[in-house]
Amino acid sequence: MDFAFLLECFKRLLAGVPLTLGLSLFSCAIGLVLASAICAMRLSKKVWLDYPARGFVSIFRGTPLLVQLFVIYYGLGQFSWLRESFAWTYLREAYWCVLAALALNTAAYTSEILRGGINSVQHGQIESALSVGLRKDQIWRCVILPQAWRQMLPAYGNEIILQIKSTSLASIVTLMEVTGIAAKLVSQSYRPIEVFVCAGALYLLFNFVVTRAVTLMESRLTRGMRR
Amino acid sequence: MNFLEVMSFGDQGWAADMLLAALMTCAISVCGFLCGSVIGCLGCWAKLSRSYALRWLADVYTTVLRGVPDLLVIYLFYFGSSMVLTQLAQSLGLKGFLGLPGFFVGVVAISVISGAYQLEVFRGAVNSVAIGSIEAGRSIGLGKFQLFSLIIAPQALRLALPGLGNVWLLVLKDSALISVVGLVELMRQSQIGAGATHQPFLFYCTAAALYFVISAFSSHLIARLEHKLDKPMRRA
Repeated sequence: MDFAFLLECFKRLLAGVPLTLGLSLFSCAIGLVLASAICAMRLSKKVWLDYPARGFVSIFRGTPLLVQLFVIYYGLGQFSWLRESFAWTYLREAYWCVLAALALNTAAYTSEILRGGINSVQHGQIESALSVGLRKDQIWRCVILPQAWRQMLPAYGNEIILQIKSTSLASIVTLMEVTGIAAKLVSQSYRPIEVFVCAGALYLLFNFVVTRAVTLMESRLTRGMRR
Repeated sequence: MNFLEVMSFGDQGWAADMLLAALMTCAISVCGFLCGSVIGCLGCWAKLSRSYALRWLADVYTTVLRGVPDLLVIYLFYFGSSMVLTQLAQSLGLKGFLGLPGFFVGVVAISVISGAYQLEVFRGAVNSVAIGSIEAGRSIGLGKFQLFSLIIAPQALRLALPGLGNVWLLVLKDSALISVVGLVELMRQSQIGAGATHQPFLFYCTAAALYFVISAFSSHLIARLEHKLDKPMRRA
């Protein structure tokens, strides 16, 4: 085992960490906002809102992220009117395309998690909240959301981990995040096993931190529920 | 060329290539999923065994494979295997670059990744088989193998089916990543077509549609199977 090389590897890979974490964080944040909107559309019980949301979710959950990324990054450039519009300043950058693909993808999955959490709140609770005279916004704030949040936290934690793993696809469209740097290092050093093990260890570390944080939040949220 | 000309059958059209590539995607996914089931079963047995070392090994396996990006695992298998092979060949006096075929690397990578997920599905299912039925089996004198094949496995498989369905969809979407090693499956074929005709949007959307059809069709089949297996358990 060549420890000097491993250390060198880690040093080089660390340069990609901000991009990996930034992509994960921003895409999760944008995805959460989009997911809330989609979830609201699905819960609205209006056909013209519900069906487009359903279509969006099933398309983005039924196709690989790589295809979505390629449609946005390579595909959209096919249209000349788009290339002449102001959006092209963003769409020609790999970073914004990856961010868009990741955000749209996670929005579809997260909206289902949100919906599951909200639907898991017992109907009797909402009825009793109505009967003691709470307003609609009070019901959402004090009755539905706290319980839904507790219900969906484990699933959302898994989604964050999946998202961190998905950012590795950015390397396919030339972004130099951890996987991208690892691939470059391999082509320079011809030592794939050491380099990829180093990169894998970094991802494991991120995911370990996320798992711990989610477990900690979960145990705080369920404090009142334990016997 | 317009859409219909590009995506038609015949000499100038790409429809036959795309459909063939979709078949390749299905083949690699099915092979990867089945091999992954074998790994999952063995791993589940290790995780539920009494030996501390086996349990630890299975724990490490699932933690690592579920915490590391799939793309990294595919790269590791592809570049790692070709490096080992090339070095082996050099030690035998052969020169040049040697690599495993893309299909083989893809199946190995997918089965190792999906094995980790299937292991957890199987473990959850085995753990939720009612303990009373196992005790009852033991009390009428069934041996270990009979207990497994007659009592645990049939019940666990029914419980595992929804989870296995999810893993299957995951595998199908993961198979798109195999395109990075150059295997001509649906994703790679669309890259080739997009390069040749300069119509990337058309090709990637066609690929997306084909993936969508495969995943919709298979989730429909899984739902039907679930319904069928659930029948004896429902009360009128």
